[in-house]
Amino acid sequence: MSILVQPDTKVLIQGITGGFGATHSQLSLEYGTQIVAGVTPGKGGQVFESKVPIFDTVDEAMNETGAKVSAIFVPPAFAGDAIMESVDAGMDLIVAITEGIPVADMMRVRSMMEGSHSRLIGPNCPGIVTPGDGPESSGGCRIGIAPGYIHKKGSVGVVSRSGTLTYEAVWQTTLLGLGQSTCVGIGGDPINGTSHLDILKLFNDDPETDSIIMIGEIGGSAEEEAAAWAKENCNKPIAAFIAGATAPPGRRMGHAGAIISGGKGTASAKKEALREAGIAVAETPSEMGSTLANIL
Amino acid sequence: MNIHEYQAKQLFEQFSVPSPNGHVAETAERAQQIAEELSGQVVIKAQIHAGGRGKGNFKNGFEGGVHLSESAEEIGTIASQMIGQVLVTHQTGDSGKVVNKVMVAQAVDISKEYYLAILMDRENCAPVIVASTEGGVNIEEVAEKTPEKIIRETIHPLAGLQPYEIRKISSNLGFAGDTAKQFGKLLKSLYKLFLSCDCSLVEINPLVTTPDNQVLALDAKFGFDDNALYRQPEIEALRDPSEEDPREVAASEFGLNYIGLDGNIACLVNGAGLAMATMDIIKHFGGEPANFLDVGGGATEEQVTNAFKIILGDPNVKGILVNIFGGIMDCDVIANGIVGACKQVDLSIPLVVRLEGNNVEAGKQTLANSGVNLIAADDLSDAAEKAVQAIKL
Repeated sequence: MSILVQPDTKVLIQGITGGFGATHSQLSLEYGTQIVAGVTPGKGGQVFESKVPIFDTVDEAMNETGAKVSAIFVPPAFAGDAIMESVDAGMDLIVAITEGIPVADMMRVRSMMEGSHSRLIGPNCPGIVTPGDGPESSGGCRIGIAPGYIHKKGSVGVVSRSGTLTYEAVWQTTLLGLGQSTCVGIGGDPINGTSHLDILKLFNDDPETDSIIMIGEIGGSAEEEAAAWAKENCNKPIAAFIAGATAPPGRRMGHAGAIISGGKGTASAKKEALREAGIAVAETPSEMGSTLANIL
Repeated sequence: MNIHEYQAKQLFEQFSVPSPNGHVAETAERAQQIAEELSGQVVIKAQIHAGGRGKGNFKNGFEGGVHLSESAEEIGTIASQMIGQVLVTHQTGDSGKVVNKVMVAQAVDISKEYYLAILMDRENCAPVIVASTEGGVNIEEVAEKTPEKIIRETIHPLAGLQPYEIRKISSNLGFAGDTAKQFGKLLKSLYKLFLSCDCSLVEINPLVTTPDNQVLALDAKFGFDDNALYRQPEIEALRDPSEEDPREVAASEFGLNYIGLDGNIACLVNGAGLAMATMDIIKHFGGEPANFLDVGGGATEEQVTNAFKIILGDPNVKGILVNIFGGIMDCDVIANGIVGACKQVDLSIPLVVRLEGNNVEAGKQTLANSGVNLIAADDLSDAAEKAVQAIKL
């Protein structure tokens, strides 16, 4: 199975005609992703790369094509609205790639989503990849911006707040021959749709996932919560890395969520909590794959 | 982004949050004039972002960045010794900060000090109001030693602040009668300010009551959501670049995310998580990172060139580590940026480059063909080890 998305998942792209949206939709199509529709208000009736129909609204696109998953490549000022449009249309899964959405907008989005059946991944995330079994892992489902060729169909589930650190973990597990079941970037913002814990639960229930790499960073307490749950409930080996051991307190390290404030959310406290839960912690980011391999 | 005390006061005035009467002055004459318009005792405060002003000292020998006086003439004299001078506090470092403005305000008699803040709570995805009867002191200590004295009220993001919530907080703080009414108005105004300005934090410490039953915000700290600054031009205009690290100001002009640190190995990385991890691994191999620098996902050649100029502007830098794992980023763009930068600046320190990701072969080819003197690395460990080694030679 893998989690969240499969090679036959029908995907819709909101913002398919924008610069990034178009580039990465093209790369996803080449990877084999079933992109069945694009949405750009005012461009309904056009066709993307002479194969993907474009619609004005998500509702219309969903009814016409049966898409169940939406990816958001809409600029930050309009992204909150775009997510809500997909929630309203009844999408199963919404993957928000957009970086820089105001916190107040995300707060309203999360509130509006209560009681809906949609799951949101992101925002400010690299997306989701379930590798396929073709050359360079093609034939899978790639939603977002991750380079496809670094993946390999396999058994490691990867979950991370950071995009480029996800790529590191993926590349390392590919070189070790382990490969990945699904890789999920949950995003670096303080308010996001899906937590480390949510994804751990999905991996734990997925028969194709045999082990897990969880990548966290300073700030907040999401990694600690995931570790506490894993200690009691997770029956698969987990390796982890926490970025930001050298970050000075009080300075926001790029991601809006990555800040040590009031002495909380430090890398050492997080690593301690993870170890306490029986998770193998990699000392450096280049040892994520080998740390996992050592406990298998 | 931080703002000055006088700017916080102006925001309070704009949103009808009561605070002591007063104004900002850029000259000693204006400071004296403001003091004359106020009556009784007035307070004069040097305007810099750093804390510890009261106990700070000026490099010209004048002591203290905060003074009280009943004489307008004396306020003028004090102002003349502050304005244009460098104030050193425990937060500014030895170099201190130039005081360009002073605030002159009515000194108030205080009956009791309280704490009041609104912040964005990431766990509940909602604004939370934090209040305490223990004001004027370090609130984190209060929270640790006497957690029962901290009042927390989570506000529903869509319903907004309700009258019953105001009554609840007011009652828990022990307010009654006219004071409760005044506090209610203040809190309502403060919540409006918080939302309207896309604040991440607004903290009043202390909030005070006076013998004549006023409720006033005496000192305030603001935090703003950087993601929302595009729709807050008035807030963005409050930025004072002279208070920020000049390298960080230069970096933000080019859309780069740079934070200066104390080490000597400069890093240029794409992605915040990988940038943090790169700093960590330099330290792991015995080196010290000189900066955090995330060039972002969609960097151009020009941005990469400017990033190089900024990191080379730090005299402590003895070596550079470029670590790119291209997702959105095309490795060839980075490679061309590096080559462009090396042509413009005379690079005399070791440069270690690790490239992986989208279009990596073209990127490596560009670097190989350029004739730029660099050390190529295979992976992140290799890159960090080579960088630490290179600066020892």
